[in-house]
Amino acid sequence: MATLQINNLHAKVAEEGGESILRGVDLEVESGEIHALMGPNGSGKSTMAKVIAGHPAYEVTEGTITLVLDDEDLADVDEEVPPEKREWDLLDLEPNERAALGIFLGFQYPAEIEGVTMTNFLRQALNAKAEEREELFEDEEDEADAEEDGAGYDTSPMEGEADEGEIGVAEFQQLLKEKMELLDMDEKFAQRYLNAGFSGGEKKQNEVLQAAILEPAIAVLDEIDSGLDIDRLQDVSKGINALRDEQGTGVLQITHYQRILDYVEPDTVHIMLDGEVVMEGDADLAVQLEDEGYDWVREQVYETA
Amino acid sequence: MSSDQDHLKETDTEARFEFKKEERSSFQADKGLTEETIRVISEDKDEPEWMLKRRLRALEQFQEMPMPTDWPGQPDLSEVDVDEIVPYIRPDVETRESVDDWTDLPDDIKDTFDKLGIPEAEKNALSGVGAQYESEVVYQNMQERWEEKGVVFCNMDEAVQEHEDLVREHFMTKCVPPSDNKFAALHGAVWSGGSFVYVPEDTTVEMPVQAYFRMNSEGMGQFEHTLIIAEENSEVHYIEGCSAPKYSAFNLHSGGVEVFVGEDAHVQYSTVQNWSKNTYNLNTKRALVEEDGRMEWISGSMGSKATMLYPSSVLKGRGASDNHITIAFAGEGQNIDTGAKVYHNAPNTKSTIESKSISKDGGRTNYRGLVHIADGAANSSTSVECDALMFDNESTSDTMPYMEINESTVDVAHEATVGKIGDEDVFYLQSRGLDDDDAKQMIVSGFIEPITEELPIEYAVELNRLVELEMEGSLG
Repeated sequence: MATLQINNLHAKVAEEGGESILRGVDLEVESGEIHALMGPNGSGKSTMAKVIAGHPAYEVTEGTITLVLDDEDLADVDEEVPPEKREWDLLDLEPNERAALGIFLGFQYPAEIEGVTMTNFLRQALNAKAEEREELFEDEEDEADAEEDGAGYDTSPMEGEADEGEIGVAEFQQLLKEKMELLDMDEKFAQRYLNAGFSGGEKKQNEVLQAAILEPAIAVLDEIDSGLDIDRLQDVSKGINALRDEQGTGVLQITHYQRILDYVEPDTVHIMLDGEVVMEGDADLAVQLEDEGYDWVREQVYETA
Repeated sequence: MSSDQDHLKETDTEARFEFKKEERSSFQADKGLTEETIRVISEDKDEPEWMLKRRLRALEQFQEMPMPTDWPGQPDLSEVDVDEIVPYIRPDVETRESVDDWTDLPDDIKDTFDKLGIPEAEKNALSGVGAQYESEVVYQNMQERWEEKGVVFCNMDEAVQEHEDLVREHFMTKCVPPSDNKFAALHGAVWSGGSFVYVPEDTTVEMPVQAYFRMNSEGMGQFEHTLIIAEENSEVHYIEGCSAPKYSAFNLHSGGVEVFVGEDAHVQYSTVQNWSKNTYNLNTKRALVEEDGRMEWISGSMGSKATMLYPSSVLKGRGASDNHITIAFAGEGQNIDTGAKVYHNAPNTKSTIESKSISKDGGRTNYRGLVHIADGAANSSTSVECDALMFDNESTSDTMPYMEINESTVDVAHEATVGKIGDEDVFYLQSRGLDDDDAKQMIVSGFIEPITEELPIEYAVELNRLVELEMEGSLG
């Protein structure tokens, strides 16, 4: 069970005199759990998602983001993992390294990449993740050996991937097919260009598909429910539940609305106001928000403050 | 990421590309261009008198014409000093035609390919024979089949001897005359090597004719001439590849390509070229297309200090069509000025131009195009699309599309986009596990995908690899 621990996180826009957005966030998400992060526009929810993933537009000025891994998370690593490699300070790591450790960010507005098919992209991503993991968990002696082995041309690029650790084309096709069936996605998706010309709903479904393929420990889903009709909302919700139930992913779901929480029931609801998590509760809290808005939260918080 | 890509990153890329080989030559012309030099070249090749005359006439024209200097935004050619050019080096490899066996190549040349990381399949295409060299065996089998049908595919020098009448009729006469431009004239004077392809009527050559090997075995002449003649209702796909850096003292490449597309014939000319960064790459490529003929130009221009290259098609016959796909990549200190020209000289002619350029580290790409629709070319249509992708704020890209429309019932479309590689796109891919370099590489691969999908797999791989190396800035 991996745990994502966010302590006293402060972040600002990464430029001279950039606006301060996060002002001391505390939050903890374990794999296998579903958390909802709610809050009015401008409260810092999306910023937090991006900061967790390592977006260069934001600068962390204070606080920590830590990912703690246990044996289950490290089952794919061949070697004995020493204690110092079980707890990672994410702020020291590049976005792709965070991804390799098991962080996934589902984007509200995913990029459209022309000319790159879904199949190609997902296989490369999966291989890149496996490779990066190997590097992160490899001890230093092995690293030196590996570099030596790397010298010289062993194979032609036309023959495809040669490394044992990488997933082959056929094996990947099978995996992709299964995951797409799980999400009720049309097979044709596999040959389309990454997000290019996808409808809003297709993009969201695609984000969930990626999380299903990459099997992250923690998935942060930024307004995955926005712009979905009811059918698509159900598909996406089904996918999110599957992430948790079938691969034990912990989900931090950022949302404005109770609607999706009818289908994906959160274990914990966090409310964010002005760059801080100000209130936490169970699923009922979201229902209350739906009925009463944020004003009462604000009142309560500022009165006690 | 493949192990090859890893390897490319791990090795010292400078060592791979900036090494120099001892010059190997058995004959070298004196520096500079004189009548004497031309006579020596022609004599050395044992050419007929008419070819010598054409060379000398071209030399005169070259000397009369001024350097192009006043095109808007054109590359600076002030460094191009013809007096400093060694126009002809005959490589000291046993046969002058082509090398039959990879293992017969001198060690330093083989070593060059190894350092470049040319994969086995390409080495095979470049050179080898024998069981392990499948491409070459295939080529020879095909050649027999073609020969039976009257197809000719040989070295251009050889063609002058063996197919004199065809060459005499077509060589730099009506397609690319030396008077076309200064560098066509230079080419006409000092040309050497290249390919000759002749496809008789009603003949389809199913497999691409590849001249990759030829460029390298002949390769030291940088004035190669390609002459393709496709007779009525024939079809051929010719591919010229050149990715190895030139291990010679030349710093000017001035090739010539002439294509004759007969009635109802279809010719595709594809090339992926990469020149060393001290090379001025100034070429003239043109096709004459008869009624209902179809010409396709597909080219990737990489490397060089400056490139000026505008493959052109003259749509002479009613219903003739042309399709251009080009890609250019300019890094630091490079100016790639490329595009396309199409002359619609008959009714119902059709052309499409798709141009993609990538620039980084202050590199400059220009799209320079000309579409001319003549009076009388009624019901013709043209569509031009230029996309430029830039890595940073230092790089530049210009689009200069000229359209000369002298007919009213035509359909003309032009579209241009310019964009910078988006930080959000890169971050998106990074968040999925790709590192910064791989993310950018993936975006660029996608950008050039319309071109790679037109190429046979080994050239597509090659093109992607070249782009990848360019992006690492490791090609010298």
